[in-house]
Amino acid sequence: MSKMLIKGNEAIIRGATLAGCKNFFGYPITPASEIAETASYYFPLVGGNFLQAESEVAAINMVYGAASSGVRCMTASSSPGISLKMEGISYIAGAELPCVIIDVMRGGPGLGNIAPEQSDYNQIVKGGGHGNYKLIVLAPNSAQEMNDFTMKAFELADKYRNPAVILADGFTGQMMEPVEFPEPVEKFPEKPWAIKATKETKDNLICSIDLDPDDLEKHNIHLQEKYAEIEKNEVMCEEYKTDDADVILVGFGIVSRIIQTAIDELRNDGIKVGMVRPITLFPFPKKIIDKYASKGNVKNINVVEMNNGQMVDDVKLVVNGRKPVSLLTRIGGNIPTVKEIINHIKKRG
Amino acid sequence: MKNNQSTILQKSPIFYDTFERKAGAQLKVTHYCPGCGHGILHKLIAEALVDFNVDDKAVFLSPVGCSVFAYYYFQNGNIQSAHGRDPAVGTGYKRANPNSIVVSYQGDGDLASIGGNNILQAANRGENITVFFVNNATYGMTGGQMAPTTLIGQKSTTTPRGRTVANEGYPLKMSELLSTLEAPVYVERVMLTDPKNITKTRKAVRKALKNQIDNKGFSFVEVLSACPTGWKKSSQDSKKWITDVMEKYFPIGVKKDVSEEREPTIVKRKTPKYSDFHKLLDIQSLNSLPDVPEIPKTQNISEEIKIAGFGGQGVLSLGYVLANIGMGHDYAVSWLPSYGPEMRGGTANCSVKVSSDRIGAPVVDNPTTLIAFNKPSLQKFEADVVKGGNIIYDSGLIDSPPERDDVNGLPIKATEIADKLGSTKAANMVAFGVYVGLTGYLSKEYIQWGIKHIIKKEKFHKLNLEAFNKGFEFGKKHK
Ligand SMILES: Cc1ncc(C[n+]2csc(CCOP(=O)(O)OP(=O)(O)O)c2C)c(N)n1
Ligand code: SF4
Repeated sequence: MSKMLIKGNEAIIRGATLAGCKNFFGYPITPASEIAETASYYFPLVGGNFLQAESEVAAINMVYGAASSGVRCMTASSSPGISLKMEGISYIAGAELPCVIIDVMRGGPGLGNIAPEQSDYNQIVKGGGHGNYKLIVLAPNSAQEMNDFTMKAFELADKYRNPAVILADGFTGQMMEPVEFPEPVEKFPEKPWAIKATKETKDNLICSIDLDPDDLEKHNIHLQEKYAEIEKNEVMCEEYKTDDADVILVGFGIVSRIIQTAIDELRNDGIKVGMVRPITLFPFPKKIIDKYASKGNVKNINVVEMNNGQMVDDVKLVVNGRKPVSLLTRIGGNIPTVKEIINHIKKRG
Repeated sequence: MKNNQSTILQKSPIFYDTFERKAGAQLKVTHYCPGCGHGILHKLIAEALVDFNVDDKAVFLSPVGCSVFAYYYFQNGNIQSAHGRDPAVGTGYKRANPNSIVVSYQGDGDLASIGGNNILQAANRGENITVFFVNNATYGMTGGQMAPTTLIGQKSTTTPRGRTVANEGYPLKMSELLSTLEAPVYVERVMLTDPKNITKTRKAVRKALKNQIDNKGFSFVEVLSACPTGWKKSSQDSKKWITDVMEKYFPIGVKKDVSEEREPTIVKRKTPKYSDFHKLLDIQSLNSLPDVPEIPKTQNISEEIKIAGFGGQGVLSLGYVLANIGMGHDYAVSWLPSYGPEMRGGTANCSVKVSSDRIGAPVVDNPTTLIAFNKPSLQKFEADVVKGGNIIYDSGLIDSPPERDDVNGLPIKATEIADKLGSTKAANMVAFGVYVGLTGYLSKEYIQWGIKHIIKKEKFHKLNLEAFNKGFEFGKKHK
């Protein structure tokens, strides 16, 4: 198979259609708009439906409706729009509906700016909506992964009846890179729970309300068990030159690409650095981080993020004081440079 | 179709025998208060769905409000939505499954307050769904607070001295509002007060559902309905209050009906073969084209190029061509634009990396080559260029050369050359030629073949090639 040069945002829609997604509901926002634009062009060609909703609130509720029918469906937005979707996301998680949500993060809070940030980590990974729910979260760092992870997200969403999120940033969305596209998925899992408007499914109910505390507790315990299962089976993590590393850098998404370059340069200077890059942010690669937190030769662990330090909390929770954990951040739409990372590591010694 | 009125208050076969989903002991009676309008309307809808033989196909949307538990009773697919979102949920469902019959059932707080825009937009799109709007002038479920339809002077738990125009404004007339839109096919207001009006309501319910079955589009029935509990009135007084007070402000009647003349719209979706997907999605790689020339061997390189100029000077497309050609040569490449308002009317720039190794950061902080098409761009990025790097700049537009003496400055009147060849638009291809001639790691033959596949506009093919060649000769000379 050969490659095609394509924008991350456009690769997402190719991936979605190849994964059999036929329904897109969205509302324009920079830097995610190309996703909707691309969907509006291609979805009708492959027998799908595209609709520009009146708001992000409407879009996520349209997804709720479409997902109830058992079809693969999606929405895409950027940080301020994702904030608006939070109520709907909570309902979807509560009703256990599979769907894919794309968040191409930008600077915040408020209207912020349209430059890349990673400040939705908390609202996506920790649940910005109400209730005890978790989303499956994948953080791509290349156009290829924008395609691959979108396809994977549909698979995971169906497998666990849970919303899955692609947590990308302005750069990964806007960047063009070579992408190899696989053949379309032709087989889909059965969804006996779905409302298909047929005699066989007329007793099916999509619902998140349960007035009885015991019943709601039961439902919540079921959800927690499901999340534990996801943690057991679905962790994805990339390691770069960690074998002999005595300094560990941790970063996700686009930051991991910058870290990688910094590592190559630091190694030229004889510093043994390696990277742990969480790909799934939930489930978080706790075991791998734990491995380095307990490894004798590892001197310190250093988190780089494009936010005020959000993932670092999860890293610290695993490290639990066994190694010093430092944090390097740039915010407001700035990105950490290779030089900044190199200087940060050199200063720590 | 059964059509005798006596069926109205019989139990519909679409209702569950016992309401197992309802918690507690009383599984035979509904959770509605005595005298509440919801129960009657449920029955009318259930009856119509059975009579039209669409009960299996029906999908009922339970909103937030007293009717959130409609799924206790109706035996058909049921989706419980967030407060006010039925029309959006229904839109999503119906689009995903056009073969269904979607029944949206909403209270006044749900529909006219929190979900105001959702109902307006779904109506305006003419979604082929049926909406029943229960106007009881109060928030029943939460205990009788003011609704958007609460009347002037009417007391509620949040208007303890009565609703005033000064503080809360006028009650919303949703039927009148929606009937001004083009798309809705049928809008009527009815009331559940006495047998005559219940019969009228029954007719309206049937018509609204029939329109959907016939694919005619959006239908809306507003039902003035008693909430004895919220109103703190007896069932009898509640009915009287609807007739004497409510109906005066919310007059019943057909507000819009174009069902006779409205043509049905049948949703038809394409069903392409999986094997056609790549073609439909324009997935095509340069090197799989049949006439691809020999691909030259890769060299050990790590090129970081910054291209900058005004929007419209072809800055981004030059980067796109370069990245494509690099990819065609089997190098790792990345292309990153400046984006958003930064681009509007002002400057544009992009970062391109071409490397024999995997590419880390796609951002170019220190270019090995800067290509500048205007003075601000040169000034902005000159200092970043690596020692010994190249600065290719349009000397026809930039009057002062780079100040640094540790870089390789290449002045070329790219825009002027392109203009002479036929269009200033090809200035970027002149610069591209300079870069390729200068760096020497990309094959001229491959580019001459590739450009016409990358920039698809045929009328520019010849011009682009000529422009590239001019630049190439210049670049080669300065290698
Ligand atoms: C987002 C949100 N806000 C508020 C509520 C609380 N709430 C539940 S029902 C309701 C009012 C419903 O009134 P209406 O739509 O008139 O229906 P009725 O109960 O009168 O049938 C409110 C405000 C909620 N469930 N969700
Ligand atoms: S509170 Fe009002 S609307 Fe709700 S069930 Fe009772 S009477 Fe009906």
